[in-house]
Amino acid sequence: MAEDTGGGLEFKPMDQFLVKPLFGGDTIHWYTPTNATLWMFLAIVVITLLFVVGTRGRAVVPTRVQSVAELMYGFIYKMVEDVAGKDALKFFPYILTLFLFIFFANFLALIPTSFSPTSHIAVTAVMALGVFLTVITVGFVKNGASFLSLFWVSSAPLALRPVLALIEIISFFVRPVSHAVRLAGAITAGHAVMKVFAGFAVAVLIAPFAIGAMVAIYALEVLVAAIQAYVFTILTCVYLKDALHPHH
Amino acid sequence: MEGDIAQLGQFIGAGIAGLGAGLAALGVGNVAGNFLAGALRNPSAAAGQTATLFIGIAFAEALGIFSFLVALLLMFAV
Repeated sequence: MAEDTGGGLEFKPMDQFLVKPLFGGDTIHWYTPTNATLWMFLAIVVITLLFVVGTRGRAVVPTRVQSVAELMYGFIYKMVEDVAGKDALKFFPYILTLFLFIFFANFLALIPTSFSPTSHIAVTAVMALGVFLTVITVGFVKNGASFLSLFWVSSAPLALRPVLALIEIISFFVRPVSHAVRLAGAITAGHAVMKVFAGFAVAVLIAPFAIGAMVAIYALEVLVAAIQAYVFTILTCVYLKDALHPHH
Repeated sequence: MEGDIAQLGQFIGAGIAGLGAGLAALGVGNVAGNFLAGALRNPSAAAGQTATLFIGIAFAEALGIFSFLVALLLMFAV
């Protein structure tokens, strides 16, 4: 696929997702610092700057940076409370962490020539599996065996219930897959599209169109970066609600 | 333009998988359109349902992204 087509347009939209070692060499061990490591680390640095350094003043009338941090905190707090219920608030630190990491990883990935860690299923799958295992653990610890009533739809006619149970079980186990693939897929797709339009910009005739399209796609990607972080977080809340209140 | 029949199949398959993304767009549009129709009838109730809107859009979109993933796998991984 990647072989040269012999001059003219050359598309390598997926090269931006390659994980490379930061300091030369080409073998990657588990401890090798790569560009993925760098950009995940930068996301954490930005979060620290915003939430630790930015709110250091603890002013009653917040500064601009502090009010941004307070806005995000309050937004997620309200979402956890509304979607998952009051007793889910003890998971609020976990959910806020997930949101902030995805949010800032997505936004830092929009810097040209940067790397997008959330476009890798390896990254998103770890977060999705964490949520999945948390839901199962919390569900069984809190409800015992009655957590399994999540799969037994008691409002349906009795004859339908085994069929529904099968569907519910399948959909329960597909959750971590779709949770992870949704985020990675949306980010990968957006960045690949931007690179494809960037490839068009070489041709003089369609260059104005290509550059205009890139600006439009970039604006869309800013929206997608925020929405995907929001969606990942709100689905975490929905799944947690299932664990805390499994009865239909 | 040389290549073998397997590569031809890959490209055709990736193109067909791309249709799935378009069909998911129909689903997302359906969710958002129905939300708007409901929201215009009762604007005061709309604000409380935006979370539901996004959950619905996310579920509809996920399946389109699955087909996009299939296309990517066919193009770059098979």
